[in-house]
Amino acid sequence: MAGLDDLNVKEGVEEETVEAVKTLAGAYKYGWETEIEMEYAPKGVNPDIVRLISEKNEEPEWMTEWRLSAFERWEKLDEPSWALLNYPEIDFQDQYYYARPKSMEKKPESLDDVDPKLLETYKKLGIPLKEQMILAGVEGAEDMPAEGRKVAVDAVFDSVSVGTTFQAELKKAGVIFCSISEAIREHPELVKKYLGSVVPVSDNYYATLNSAVFSDGSFVYIPPNTRCPMELSTYFRINAENTGQFERTLIIADKGSYVSYLEGCTAPQRDTAQLHAAVVEIIIEEDAEVKYSTVQNWYPGDEEGKGGIYNFVTKRADCRGDRSKVMWTQVETGSAVTWKYPSCILRGAESQGEFYSIAITNNHQQADTGTKMVHLGRDTKSRIVSKGISAGKAQNTYRGLVSMHPKAKNSRNYTQCDSLLIGDKCGAHTVPYIEVKNNSSRVEHEATTSKVDEEQMFYCRQRGMDEEEAVALIVNGFAKEVLQALPMEFAMEAQQLVAISLEGSVG
Amino acid sequence: MLSIKGLEVKLEDEDKQILKGVDLEVPAGKVHAIMGPNGSGKSTLSYVLSGRDGYEVTAGSATLDGEDLLDLDPEERAAAGLFLAFQYPVEIPGVGNMTFLRTAVNAQRKARGEDEMSAADFLKFIRAKAKDLKIDADMLKRPVNVGFSGGEKKRNEILQMAMLEPKMCILDETDSGLDVDAMKLVSEGVNALRAEGRSFLVITHYQRLLDHIKPDVVHIMARGRIVKTGGPELALEVENNGYADILAELDA
Ligand SMILES: Nc1ncnc2c1ncn2[C@@H]1O[C@H](COP(=O)(O)OP(=O)(O)OP(=O)(O)O)[C@@H](O)[C@H]1O
Ligand SMILES: [Mg+2]
Repeated sequence: MAGLDDLNVKEGVEEETVEAVKTLAGAYKYGWETEIEMEYAPKGVNPDIVRLISEKNEEPEWMTEWRLSAFERWEKLDEPSWALLNYPEIDFQDQYYYARPKSMEKKPESLDDVDPKLLETYKKLGIPLKEQMILAGVEGAEDMPAEGRKVAVDAVFDSVSVGTTFQAELKKAGVIFCSISEAIREHPELVKKYLGSVVPVSDNYYATLNSAVFSDGSFVYIPPNTRCPMELSTYFRINAENTGQFERTLIIADKGSYVSYLEGCTAPQRDTAQLHAAVVEIIIEEDAEVKYSTVQNWYPGDEEGKGGIYNFVTKRADCRGDRSKVMWTQVETGSAVTWKYPSCILRGAESQGEFYSIAITNNHQQADTGTKMVHLGRDTKSRIVSKGISAGKAQNTYRGLVSMHPKAKNSRNYTQCDSLLIGDKCGAHTVPYIEVKNNSSRVEHEATTSKVDEEQMFYCRQRGMDEEEAVALIVNGFAKEVLQALPMEFAMEAQQLVAISLEGSVG
Repeated sequence: MLSIKGLEVKLEDEDKQILKGVDLEVPAGKVHAIMGPNGSGKSTLSYVLSGRDGYEVTAGSATLDGEDLLDLDPEERAAAGLFLAFQYPVEIPGVGNMTFLRTAVNAQRKARGEDEMSAADFLKFIRAKAKDLKIDADMLKRPVNVGFSGGEKKRNEILQMAMLEPKMCILDETDSGLDVDAMKLVSEGVNALRAEGRSFLVITHYQRLLDHIKPDVVHIMARGRIVKTGGPELALEVENNGYADILAELDA
């Protein structure tokens, strides 16, 4: 693509890396549109629209009230402006908040009833909505069993969930995996207990708006001592024009359970920007573990910066139980504007949070992303590995907060952020915030060794690397492993990230 | 070249003495072998020389070309020319073998005040060395030692040695786990590196390796000391009679 072909590559950047970035940040493959009859709520947002969305989802009264009070709050809030992002003012009244394919008016009984046009859409995206094994014939996927893996998919199209695969099989294991609208109807006790308990309605401008107008999203409940028998995933597709997508995801991992969850996102290519404001809440009880991976590939806008998705997302995991664990992995290649800080509240003793991120921005894309690690419990650990890669005129900011509270005795954080600038018109920024309120905890930046395997360290140093080089090498390797473990059927692109070396990187 | 005098070493966290006065001289250009019963301290000696954590030197000294080794960080020892082929090579997931080696080569060059090797030169260099050791391109791309067979790991150690061109090479049981052909390859790799200014300390349990890599001197280590030193015939003697006689002499 033009933006990259005449790229002035800086010296020291490896060719392999440039190639990988070219492929990844190259022509957008998902920009086509599905021709389908839609039904819209009137443009704009007000209490009537909020009630309408609630009604469309056949929600109980308490949910409608919850939304309305969120809306009331939102009206009093101002849009935040602290991020290093620069975009034209968003007119929140000039877009649709609810768009549903007409064929979805009556909820399909099963996947066989789903409008073939919708099924075709997901097939074209590489996400067949069939209950079949996903074949593992993907390079680098050696660890997967040869006969394939099962991945359950919840497919969200504009404002509604089109269908969820493998529900029956999951139910046998006691796992609930359905759209959030279904969960509100079918499992109100769980939704009531947990919704808004991690990201309160009052959390921030976009989260508050989402609380008022979210239309669909996914719900996951893993019962105690259960290992979810397959990978779960949600695929978000924005199709309708001038429509915002506001999805809500709620994941509850009960005591001693485990689940790996993945989300993917794409949208058609359009000249006008579109809004996407999601909220993801994860609750992790004692000894439970959640892996949450995102392959974000929203339409990024064209070479001139026209169009694209404005992606304002609030994601937070609450490690409530002792020894609970969460791992966020994100590959961000899309969106015109990204505002997103998946966070970990490390409340339980010995709980652990990890964050691995690769954000690639090109042309006029802007990303302000990072994480928050809030250490509340004793002996909590967190690890942050973030890589920003910028080309064209893009701007990439890492914004991270690590905070050690007085009771978080003996807690540890390790942070490593790199940025790679390909070309000379892009920018990279790092904004770390660190607060340590007890003296037995350590926050480590880059050149420290404590969480890296001693044997590996010695091996590297015996070969001549100093501690700093050795840690960087080992941690990078680890992050690559994490990326490689992503289910590739969602994004073959992530494979190519593995080829990216950050040689020639700054900061 | 390498000069060890009265080296006594204990574990850092435990009151356990492992090396109890090691004396050893390896002159430039020579190949010395160390044999000895399991647990006698051979690997410990190699770790202490290369600066691994967890040991405390309580007496004695070790120098490389007159430079005190024990004061240096592991990477400084490496830059000074000390190389250890590990008995158990370490796996580093996600780090390509090639990236690893290139980082190592350039780190040493930087430490010595030399220019970095260009990507093209490095590629040429590593391809040639890998070919000699029958290491294929795939193994160069794979993460360091991850999923390598025992023999592949050992060959990979020799590849690293060939790339880093150290002065003092310590090989800790590089022959264990090698099939006959691999043993030949590895030995040829070592022999190709034999040079005036380069010395070897080869730790092994078996005469086999010493058939290929002819040592100038053989030492026997037992109970934390060098207890006997001789020519290549000493290795044959051990091969035939074991350590019983030598140990009996010690007890006497
Ligand atoms: N970190 C450690 N903790 C406890 N014991 C140790 C440690 N390192 C070495 N030792 C002990 O020191 C002694 C010498 O060990 P070393 O590995 O040096 O023997 P070796 O001569 O290399 O044996 P082998 O021929 O089996 O490889 C052994 O008794 C071993 O158990
Ligand atoms: Mg040993």
